[in-house]
Amino acid sequence: MSTVTTEALAATTLLRFATAGSVDDGKSTLVGRLLHDSKSVLADQLEAVERASASRGQDGPDLALLTDGLRAEREQGITIDVAYRYFATPRRRFILADTPGHVQYTRNMVTGASTAELTVILVDARNGVVEQTRRHAAIAALLRVPHVVLAVNKMDLVGYREPVFAAIAEEFTAYATELGVPEVTAIPISALAGDNVVEPSAHMDWYGGPTVLEHLETVPVSHDLAHCHARLPVQYVIRPQSAEHPDYRGYAGQIAAGSFRVGEEVTVLPSGRTTTISGIDLLGEPVDVAWTTQSVTLLLADDLDVSRGDLIVPAKDAPPTTQDVEATVCHVADAPLTVGHRVLLKHGTRTVKAIVKDIPSRLTLDDLSLHPHPGQLAANDIGRVKIRTAEPLPVDAYADSRRTGSFILIDPADGTTLTAGMVGESFAAPEPVKVAADDEGWDF
Amino acid sequence: MTTLAEAQGGTDSPYALSHLDALESEAVHIFREVAGEFENPVILFSGGKDSIVMLHLALKAFAPAAVPFSLLHVDTGHNFPEVLEYRDRAVERHGLRLHVASVQDYIDRGVLKERPDGTRNPLQTLPLTERIQSERFDAVFGGGRRDEEKARAKERVFSLRDEFSQWDPRRQRPELWNLYNGRHAPGEHVRVFPLSNWTELDVWQYIAREGIALPAIYFAHEREVFQRAGMWLTAGEWGGPRAGERVVTRLVRYRTVGDMSCTGAVDSGATTLDAVIAEIAASRLTERGATRADDKLSEAAMEDRKREGYF
Repeated sequence: MSTVTTEALAATTLLRFATAGSVDDGKSTLVGRLLHDSKSVLADQLEAVERASASRGQDGPDLALLTDGLRAEREQGITIDVAYRYFATPRRRFILADTPGHVQYTRNMVTGASTAELTVILVDARNGVVEQTRRHAAIAALLRVPHVVLAVNKMDLVGYREPVFAAIAEEFTAYATELGVPEVTAIPISALAGDNVVEPSAHMDWYGGPTVLEHLETVPVSHDLAHCHARLPVQYVIRPQSAEHPDYRGYAGQIAAGSFRVGEEVTVLPSGRTTTISGIDLLGEPVDVAWTTQSVTLLLADDLDVSRGDLIVPAKDAPPTTQDVEATVCHVADAPLTVGHRVLLKHGTRTVKAIVKDIPSRLTLDDLSLHPHPGQLAANDIGRVKIRTAEPLPVDAYADSRRTGSFILIDPADGTTLTAGMVGESFAAPEPVKVAADDEGWDF
Repeated sequence: MTTLAEAQGGTDSPYALSHLDALESEAVHIFREVAGEFENPVILFSGGKDSIVMLHLALKAFAPAAVPFSLLHVDTGHNFPEVLEYRDRAVERHGLRLHVASVQDYIDRGVLKERPDGTRNPLQTLPLTERIQSERFDAVFGGGRRDEEKARAKERVFSLRDEFSQWDPRRQRPELWNLYNGRHAPGEHVRVFPLSNWTELDVWQYIAREGIALPAIYFAHEREVFQRAGMWLTAGEWGGPRAGERVVTRLVRYRTVGDMSCTGAVDSGATTLDAVIAEIAASRLTERGATRADDKLSEAAMEDRKREGYF
């Protein structure tokens, strides 16, 4: 990094990505390798890892210790919780959500994937696509992560042979496409030996694609404003009431999707009143146009009643408001979610009372079959729910907007985050899921 | 101050925010969420660069209105005078309310005992948590960053603390999308970290971009220091040097600001922001590894202190 100039550092963009892999697929090694080979591990961190590895009687530095930060994780040698890592190259800054691979931590993968624009799914070249791989692909598809990388690891253990890689890549891509994953990039790697992670491999001449890091550096950060519905959840009303600004009344929020322009006609939901944007302040400076994900303050021409929780949208492109939300959810709490459960639903900046009216099905990620009427969803379960809200909500389909199509359910008694919700159809493909035959045993 | 990111080899849309704009926007969103959902938030303000950046972001988030939060400083009694002056000027200039929780008071009252190593950083936890309780703060902003330390890498943006201010890493709420959950019972509070996703370099680049003033100790200057446990500590009334520790004058600067007894200076000739940024970009040591004695106490020193209520 020492040759990087200040100007070059300043011009970078940010990519948020997540990793997923089974316990022994070498995920920690891949993450360690990315950090290490991009020179993001500093001398004192490496020294601490070497010291800890030696005190455990290990031969070399265990790069997994770089990423397992909690006592319990180091004791058990497993990753329990999502950890966030930061590294940079001259081209880009990266926020890596390093998520655990265990089935019991599906919720943590959902957490990591919810903000990711790319997911790296690891498989062991010797084992190929396994149940856990399909589960990871399904979660990436459900969360609509725009880019998926299949990293076929341990190529060194299969003689760096192309047919092994090609077969795995083909099987995975077919499955992911069926789920509606828009783009899969398959890369043959050896995280341990460093093949195609940061440096191109000398052992796989037959591979002409990018290394993992090259791909991370060049994948487009998607902001297709033309096809986005503009949305601004109102967070806070700014009213200085000072001598200098006696009449200033601004609606502050982070643009969730699309763009807004001064002079544009907008509607405030749920009231449905319409006015025009008379000004946009971008953190204290007036601008003519602002877009996702800028934090702005909108000034409106008319003195409407607008407060936290409202949604400002273009008058010609307002979402429907509804009190009956149908969604796919991942249950993230230990206590189950049941029909009749009274909850709080946070959508954008609005939190409303709600009740779980029905749980029509639970999804088995292994084979994507649907188990009808499971009665409840346990921790890490993914299923369909129908929720009735106490007030009308302007919701988008998650397929159209990851921000205004998502919500969380909260336990009103103790504040626990119960459930991650995605409004509308689960997968992008027309009919990816099979309804399980009635005579199959349900495990409840 | 938003700039369209330069297209990098044609891969990014013209609407992709630069990394600093993206981080700034996210932090502002976090400040506004807290203002919208909590009754009595407070910003922990030490006069260090991270809390200075937090205050700057809060000022921008609510402009042209005033910042709707007060400040809380945990005064270890061993602070750098330049930093205290900076703190008081900032409070004055922005018309803010400052709460000071004093470690020295606790020691004078006999509630806390000076440690044999003279380090006061761990002693901050009790004055901090008692003040949070007595003022009934329900949201407490901290400048902690996940890149600082591996236990912090596990920290949520909204981190629920019980009535004893304890952090339980195994019982953290999942944090999904940007839907932060600030629900808490009476007596509990939420620690909020708007700079979670920032790195040390991001903080410095942002300071440079925004032209934010800092206390002078962040830039290279001649200072009387002595060496202890491989670090240059400032000589002073706090208890250094001891017999056998030799005071020398060196050209140094600080990468972090904390208690004088455990915050080390680094050798540096960087007198300008650009020079500091170049130095950090080239550094082979982390910020805390270079300058914090208390983090070296054990492999899980930070995790253990955080569990007790420290940041």
